[in-house]
Amino acid sequence: MATKIIVNCSTGETTEVELTAEEVTEREAMAIAYAEQKAEEDADKAAKVTAKAALLTKLGITEAEASLLLS
Amino acid sequence: MANTYTLISSVTVGSGGSASIEFTSIPATYTDLLVKLSGRSSRSAATMEEFVLTFNNNTSSYSERQLRGDGSSVISQTFSGASIQQLGQPGAGATANTFGNWEFYIPNYAGSNYKSISLDGVTENNATQAYTNFEAGLWSNTAAITSIKLSAGSYLAVQYSTAYLYGISNA
Repeated sequence: MATKIIVNCSTGETTEVELTAEEVTEREAMAIAYAEQKAEEDADKAAKVTAKAALLTKLGITEAEASLLLS
Repeated sequence: MANTYTLISSVTVGSGGSASIEFTSIPATYTDLLVKLSGRSSRSAATMEEFVLTFNNNTSSYSERQLRGDGSSVISQTFSGASIQQLGQPGAGATANTFGNWEFYIPNYAGSNYKSISLDGVTENNATQAYTNFEAGLWSNTAAITSIKLSAGSYLAVQYSTAYLYGISNA
């Protein structure tokens, strides 16, 4: 069973306790949410790469030439 | 301008790792709070895993805007929901024995306005893909912050991950 560390800042006491069932469920939900967000982030990146390549093709220039124009 | 930094508490994760680190009963006697986190995730075959931040065991009304560079591209993204959720740390797929570094600054944490957070951090990886992050966060809640929870997402913060909580006074 996973544990968590709790530091009481008033007393300085540090304890390590097992996660509750609710916390385990929360972590599982978090994993799903993260996977969805990561997929969204990756899709956004891929879309930008595709759009950039399409624009370069449309303009008939290379990425290096585009960088030169913007420098 | 801050003129005092006081270490309130610190923790180093022991063998076996930990799902989260919680600072509780934070005194309201400072002006601002500063958290320094050095972490690594147990997530296998990944160069990065997101740690998440919550206050007062509350899981609503968080939002953030992030600028993230990963070695080959830059992305700007926003998130909202149950936590400040994009605190990337090296996963088990990153260079062995390396840890990420994050710093969170929380001004006026004991006041009755919404709580803004400035965050910056990096992962470590001796390869092209490593992450640099700048973030602005907001917890839309007027309660004074009395506890801070740093969770390792759905994995574990590995042994030797550390967190330091400082209180800062400006007078």
